[in-house]
Amino acid sequence: MAIGMSAMLQASGLTKEFKGFVAVNNVDLTVERGTIHALIGPNGAGKTTCFNLLTKFLQPTRGTITYDGRDITSLSAADIARLGLVRSFQISAVFDDLTVLENVRIAMQRRRGDSYDFWRSEVLLAQYDDEARGYVESVGLGDFLNHRAAELSYGRKRALEIATTLALEPDMLLLDEPMAGMAQADVDRISALIKRISEGRTILMVEHNLSVVANLSDRITVLARGEVLAEGDYDTVSKSPEVIDAYIGAGHD
Amino acid sequence: MSTTENTTKAALPAMTHTVGMPRHQKIIFVVLLAVLIALPFMVYPVFAMKVLCFALFACAFNLLLGFGGLLSFGHAAYFGMASYVCAHAAKVWGLTPELAILTGTATAAVLGLVIGSLAIRRQGIYFAMVTLAFAQMVYFFALQAEFTGGEDGIQSVPRNDLFGLLPMKDDLTFYFFVLAITYGGILFIYRITHSPFGQVLKSIRENEPRAVSLGYHVNRYKLMVFVLSATFAGLAGATKSQVFHLASLTDVHWTMSGEVVLMTLLGGMGTVLGPIVGAAIVVTMQNYLAYLGAWVTVIQGCIFVIGVLLFREGIIGVLSRILKKPL
Repeated sequence: MAIGMSAMLQASGLTKEFKGFVAVNNVDLTVERGTIHALIGPNGAGKTTCFNLLTKFLQPTRGTITYDGRDITSLSAADIARLGLVRSFQISAVFDDLTVLENVRIAMQRRRGDSYDFWRSEVLLAQYDDEARGYVESVGLGDFLNHRAAELSYGRKRALEIATTLALEPDMLLLDEPMAGMAQADVDRISALIKRISEGRTILMVEHNLSVVANLSDRITVLARGEVLAEGDYDTVSKSPEVIDAYIGAGHD
Repeated sequence: MSTTENTTKAALPAMTHTVGMPRHQKIIFVVLLAVLIALPFMVYPVFAMKVLCFALFACAFNLLLGFGGLLSFGHAAYFGMASYVCAHAAKVWGLTPELAILTGTATAAVLGLVIGSLAIRRQGIYFAMVTLAFAQMVYFFALQAEFTGGEDGIQSVPRNDLFGLLPMKDDLTFYFFVLAITYGGILFIYRITHSPFGQVLKSIRENEPRAVSLGYHVNRYKLMVFVLSATFAGLAGATKSQVFHLASLTDVHWTMSGEVVLMTLLGGMGTVLGPIVGAAIVVTMQNYLAYLGAWVTVIQGCIFVIGVLLFREGIIGVLSRILKKPL
C-alpha cells in the first residue's frame, strides 16, 4: 500500500448496546482514501450493526465517527448521504414501481434540488434522461431503461442499485453484502463492477464470505462477537490463527 | 407518413411515460368534464354537488394513502373543521363564497401542519392511531366550542354573492362554481402526483430506507404531502358547507374518516379515477337507499366486504390491470 494515504472514514471506540447486549464493542476502524476495505466476520459478528452505525441508521451508544476529517457522529442518515457517503442494502434496494430510468433520476433529482416542486410537471424530469441513461448503460442495463424495476432479475436489481448510487457521484460507498443471494455468474459481474467503480472512490463493503473479498479488497477487518479480531491484507488475515478459529473453523472455507 | 411514425416509435420504445399525461387519460379527463357539465340537468343539482365534494375529498385522501403510503384515520378533522370555519365565515363575518371557502381551506392546512408534524414521527398502525386520536380531539372541540353550535351545528349558512357580484342562491348556478373548484382540485392533485415531488413521494412509498440513503429527508416530504392532502380535504369540506347551507358534527365525526377510506379502497387506491368512482358509488347509495334507514350502513358494509374480497385493487384498479393502462 502506498505511503501517505489519509483516512477517509474513521471510527474510534464505536460501541452499540441493545438493552444490555453489546452488539458492537469498542471498534476502531480506519478506511484509507481510495481503497477497497472489507468488513467480514461470521454470522452475528456485528457487521451489519457496525455498518448501520457508520451510516447513522443506528445511533452509537459511545464512540465517534469522522468522515473526510469531519465529525459526523451526530448527523442524520440523510445528511451523511448528502456529504457523499452513500450506502447500499443487503436486500437489493430499488424502487420497484418505478422504471429503471426513474430509479436513477430519483438520485439525480436530490442532487439538483427540484424535489419539492409539487406544482410543476414531471415532464421537467426529462432533462435528466441523457445523464441518467449514461449511468444505466455503465452498469449494463441499457436495454432495460423503461422496464419497471420489479421486473428485473436479482443480479440486475443489484446493478440498478449501483447505478442509482453512482448517480449521486459519491466519494465513498458502503456496500452491505453486495453478493448476498447471488448466482456465481452474477457474483463475477458485480465484482468486476465494484472494481471498476472503485476508481477514484473509497469503498467499504461488508461480506460474509472471505473468498469473495480475497481478490477485491486492499484491506480486511475481521469482526467476531462485536470486536475487531484481526486486520490486514488477505494473506495476513487468512493466516491468523484467531480468524481460522473463530471464522473458518465455524464451517466456512 | 405512417412509416416515419413507426420508426420513431421503434427508436424510442417506451419514452411515452415521460411526456406528460398519457393520451387516454387526457380523453378520460375531457369525457369526465363533459359528463359533469351535463350532470345537473339529469339529476338533482345538490346531489351532484355532493358527489363532487366527496370525489374531491376522496382524491385528497388518496393523495396521502395511494401516493404517500400513509393511512390517516382522521381525515374528517380537516374536512369538518374547514366546513365549520367556512360556514362561520359566511354566516357571521358575511364573507363571499370564494373567501369563506378559502378561509376554511386555510384552517384545514394549518390543522394538517400541526397534526401532521406530530403524526409523521410514527409509522403504520401507530401513524393511523395518532391521526385518529387528534381527529377525536377535533371532534370534541367541535362539540364543545361556542361557534360550532354543538349538536345543532351551524345552520342556514347563507350563500353570498360570488365575488360580491354574482348571485349564487340558485343551485344550478352554484353547481358550476362547485364544479370549477372540485375539478380544478382534482386536476391539481393529479399534477402533484405527477410532479418531481410526486416522484420522490413514490420512491419513499416504495422503499423508505433507500430514499434516506440517497439523502432525502423523508419526513419533510411526508409532512408536505400530509398538509397538501389535509388542504384539499378542507377545500372539499368547506365547499360542502356552502352547498348544504350547513356545517354539522357529521362532517367531523370519525365515521366520516372511515367513509373516505371506504370510497378510496372501493374505487381503487393509488389510481386517478378510483376515488372519484368510489365516492360516486357511496354517495349514490346513501342517497337512493336513504329510505332503508340504518340498513344503508349494513348494505354499505356488505358492498365494502365483497369489494375488498373480490377485487382488492378496487374497481378502477382491476379495470386498469385488465386494460393494462394507468387509469
